[in-house]
Amino acid sequence: MSKPNVELKATSFTLSVLYINHPSIDVVSQELDKKLAQAPQFFLGAPLILNLSAINQSEIDIAELKQCLSDKQLIIVGITDANDALAKQAKNCGLAVVKSGKQAPQPQLPKRDTKIVKQNVRSGQQIYAKDSDLVVFGAVGNGAEVIADGSIHIYGALRGKAMAGAGGDNNSIIIASQLQAELVSIAGQYWLAEHLQQYQIEKRGCVRLSGDTLLVESLPE
Amino acid sequence: MTQIIVVTSGKGGVGKTTSSAAIATGLALQGHKTVVIDFDIGLRNLDLIMGCERRVVYDFVNVINGEANLNQALIKDKRCSNLYVLPASQTRDKDALTKEGVGKVLDDLAKDFEYIICDSPAGIEQGAMMALYFADVAIVTTNPEVSSVRDSDRILGMLQSRSRRAEQNLEPIKEFLLLTRYSPARAKTGEMLSVEDVEEILAIKLLGVIPESQAVLKASNSGVPVIVDQESDAGLAYSDTVERLLGKDVPLRFIEEEKKGFLKRIFGS
Repeated sequence: MSKPNVELKATSFTLSVLYINHPSIDVVSQELDKKLAQAPQFFLGAPLILNLSAINQSEIDIAELKQCLSDKQLIIVGITDANDALAKQAKNCGLAVVKSGKQAPQPQLPKRDTKIVKQNVRSGQQIYAKDSDLVVFGAVGNGAEVIADGSIHIYGALRGKAMAGAGGDNNSIIIASQLQAELVSIAGQYWLAEHLQQYQIEKRGCVRLSGDTLLVESLPE
Repeated sequence: MTQIIVVTSGKGGVGKTTSSAAIATGLALQGHKTVVIDFDIGLRNLDLIMGCERRVVYDFVNVINGEANLNQALIKDKRCSNLYVLPASQTRDKDALTKEGVGKVLDDLAKDFEYIICDSPAGIEQGAMMALYFADVAIVTTNPEVSSVRDSDRILGMLQSRSRRAEQNLEPIKEFLLLTRYSPARAKTGEMLSVEDVEEILAIKLLGVIPESQAVLKASNSGVPVIVDQESDAGLAYSDTVERLLGKDVPLRFIEEEKKGFLKRIFGS
């Protein structure tokens, strides 16, 4: 397939933000001249975002401000933190109204539930806690599998397989009051029983990910 | 209220049929009207262990298919008037068992009998599933070795998920562990899993421990349930098991090595 002639991709850029703290364009212009004189090359043609959080209502004429800054060889790409009237003015001058990272709504964290299993998980049974942590009050037998997108807590013996962070969450952990697992895995990193036995943790243990490798720690009784 | 008891294990050769025959006979000897059903269609054995193989005319599958009625198929035990056997078909296979068919036969039997013992075939296929589907009580027969224990664990999972009680969200099946072919001396040396090991792994109530015994083979070959042989330790252990099944508190026997066990029993441990 040939490459399309137009592609839309999202990329982040770091832009300088110019805070306008005074409604008078003359005052701003004078102060800005002093600043620019310190490092004229640095600001030449630099794209800027204007932060107008200090300006009330329509105290300032955006078009005039834009013209003033353009004269100083600054390129204004948009404004931020402005009230509605100023934002409307900016739009009319062809400026973008952008939201800074802080203002942008936080990406919704995936909802993390807890799934509780109040009995033993027997050989041949498979339990998957989708988008959840998994808590098992009983034991997980040989040949049984418990899988969770979050962490797994087993208050009996873990003799079967436990896979935490199945959705790729590196921060998931596995805790069992007897760690005799056939296999433990966190976010795809796994160890078989042979490997686990080197740690000789028959009792309460915690498995977690440290960098790219699994880590087994015994827990106090 | 009729109790349907399945004797199951997952693994073959652990003593399901021997235990079914012994427990059914034990319940009948205690005066409870009992029927024992062979679910091992195609590999019929229970009739041999019960010593009624020459009297099989109609079988379980005939009844399900409406080719015979229950009274024609039920074989009355010659030793105990409270005991009946419903034999399996030797010429069919396990797919002949349907949920509706089995359910209807069990319903009909429940009108007459106090206890219905279902002798499950090995495996986790149709026959075994049908045997456990309608159960109220499960006796999970296990040998003290790892493969048997794992298979029992698997069957326990099936009991919790695939039975009628699980599907209809009723009170779960009562699960009991019956440890068979136990040899205290070998458990002590670590050749065999101990009672405690198996109990810990399976985490269900222990109903009985049947010691490895010459008497079992002898009884099977002569078609007499081993529980009738009250001279043998296996026979006595099955009697205890039946007592516990009926809710009595009977201490475990034959789980210590012969001599020491005797002293410990007297002086307490």
